[in-house]
Amino acid sequence: MATAAAPVSAARVYPYTAPHSAAMVADLSRRAYEYRAQVLKMVHGSKSGHIGGAFSIAEVLACLYFHQMRLDPDNPTWNDRERLVFSKGHACAMLYTCLANRGFFPLSELQTFRKLNSHLQGHPEPKKTPGVEVAAGPLGHGVAIAAGMALAARMDGSRRRIYAILGDGELNSGVIWEGLMVASKFALDNLTVIVDYNGVQQTGTTSHVMPTEPIAEKWASFNWHVIEIHGHNVAEILAALDLADEIHGRPTVIIARTTKGKGVSFMEGQPAWHGGIPDDKQFQSAMAELDERISEWNA
Amino acid sequence: MERLIRNPFGSPTPIRKTYGEALVALGAVRDDVVVLSADVQSSDFSYMFEAAYPQRFFNVGIAEPALVDVAVGLANAGKIPIANTFAFLFVTRALEMVRTHLCYGGANVKLAAAYSGLSDSFDGPTHQTVSDLAILRSLPNMTIVVPADSLAVEKLLPQLVAWDGPAYFRLCRNDLPQIFTDAYEPVIGKGVTLMNGDDATLIACGVMVARAIEAAQLLAQQGMSVRVVEMHTIKPIDSDLITQCALETGAIVTAEEHSIIGGLGGAVAECLSQHAPVPLERIGVNDTFTESGPYAELLDKYGMSVDAIVTAVQRAVARKHANPIEAICEAV
Repeated sequence: MATAAAPVSAARVYPYTAPHSAAMVADLSRRAYEYRAQVLKMVHGSKSGHIGGAFSIAEVLACLYFHQMRLDPDNPTWNDRERLVFSKGHACAMLYTCLANRGFFPLSELQTFRKLNSHLQGHPEPKKTPGVEVAAGPLGHGVAIAAGMALAARMDGSRRRIYAILGDGELNSGVIWEGLMVASKFALDNLTVIVDYNGVQQTGTTSHVMPTEPIAEKWASFNWHVIEIHGHNVAEILAALDLADEIHGRPTVIIARTTKGKGVSFMEGQPAWHGGIPDDKQFQSAMAELDERISEWNA
Repeated sequence: MERLIRNPFGSPTPIRKTYGEALVALGAVRDDVVVLSADVQSSDFSYMFEAAYPQRFFNVGIAEPALVDVAVGLANAGKIPIANTFAFLFVTRALEMVRTHLCYGGANVKLAAAYSGLSDSFDGPTHQTVSDLAILRSLPNMTIVVPADSLAVEKLLPQLVAWDGPAYFRLCRNDLPQIFTDAYEPVIGKGVTLMNGDDATLIACGVMVARAIEAAQLLAQQGMSVRVVEMHTIKPIDSDLITQCALETGAIVTAEEHSIIGGLGGAVAECLSQHAPVPLERIGVNDTFTESGPYAELLDKYGMSVDAIVTAVQRAVARKHANPIEAICEAV
């Protein structure tokens, strides 16, 4: 019998300067699975949402919100905060889960996801949800908006950093490449983009729908610094985020090789779980697998 | 009423240059203003701001979606971005960005829409814009302002920058006669009564304001007393003033450099149908693409001549006399 994941509250935040200890890596890895379990409950509860792309970005979001980004949940519009543009807006159940655990709003609100009168819309809306920077859902906006934020940081003489998370299917969109040119032209080295390269979009694999490889070479040819990592390996994510901070004169992209639906065997790599909704049996089965992963990281 | 219009009009002045100067003046008093262009700063004259404040000017290339998105990012950090490109590009190519981030997300971005209406006359229908008001008016939270001469540009631009929320500033490419005296003090959201009259009301915006005044002056010679209202703010529309004019004069004519569908005429029709269903005639482009040619002649050919306005007023007044407002309102 599956049980709900252990409740998460007052989640520990590792300061930016904290060394990447084995304990920290294990803690963030475990939490990524706890957050997946939370997302599973949200989508199952509202019978609506996108699990696959939320699961593929869990570790990256955990690293950003609980270590890398300088934020103040009590003052979410503090102007010198670091910013994340969550461009793959459909995966927002995972974003909301991280924001709640980071203290931007009560955990209890997560179960209102996609329901009437909720602060948690089907796709992100900045006026309703503390911690959400910009609207998202229509794909392709992330790089250009983040470039604008990075320009503003430079004008302000601030060292704050700007992050954007893109899906790989999203790279089909033309405005993405407009954004790449803008960030490159203005040498925005305060900008880190992470591509959640899970290889699957709504109707099939990205290699079938719209081939985007060789993706690293594409970004490099737009004068970006390119880092490729295993996107579920917390140690690699943390190292890549730090490395990006040290790159001068051009923006950095981290190509995070991930698995859509990561953590639940019958969802992994399956386009059907882009927007599929688990029935009760699938929910129990998925929760059992996630609980097992959580236990492994606890051990 | 203090005298608001010049008689005769002052000689035509370049709207683009006035706009460029107004940008520079804003830059001097507000360091949060930043200006972006999709590589048309030599067309829209935002190059004047670039020359004065190069650190606050960004040319994003011929990439209108990125133009709006980069502005959204700047606004997120408290800057007040003024994005510049041709009107048609904002409401066609970049419309999704405008809807999602400005109207829905609330990004405080100002869109300076150059070459609006038929004013890029020789470049032809690909570059002209007669649907922007209709498209944008349907989007929640968008404010739409259409200046009618250079003084209006000077006085409305700072208000638009101070306005809390996204806004669209519809700019003419060409020289326009100076209509207003220094007593003109426009306020966003409020129509301005320029001439008094009891027989009908002409409600106009942009380049059509001068033509509406000329039409009213011609009609006065025929003994008809026509009120003229300048409706520089298309959204939020001044429903109170429209209703008052309808009840007091019993007939309305709108005049705009835009399709007769969904723009000023559409907004006035919506208001009248609910509050005071008096006869309404709409002057504008009659649901067609136009062609290349000289600006004034193009306006004349496509239904926006002074004569067309005069005829429309006469028609509206005739309809009023056939169905007096008292009878219409009783029927409602």
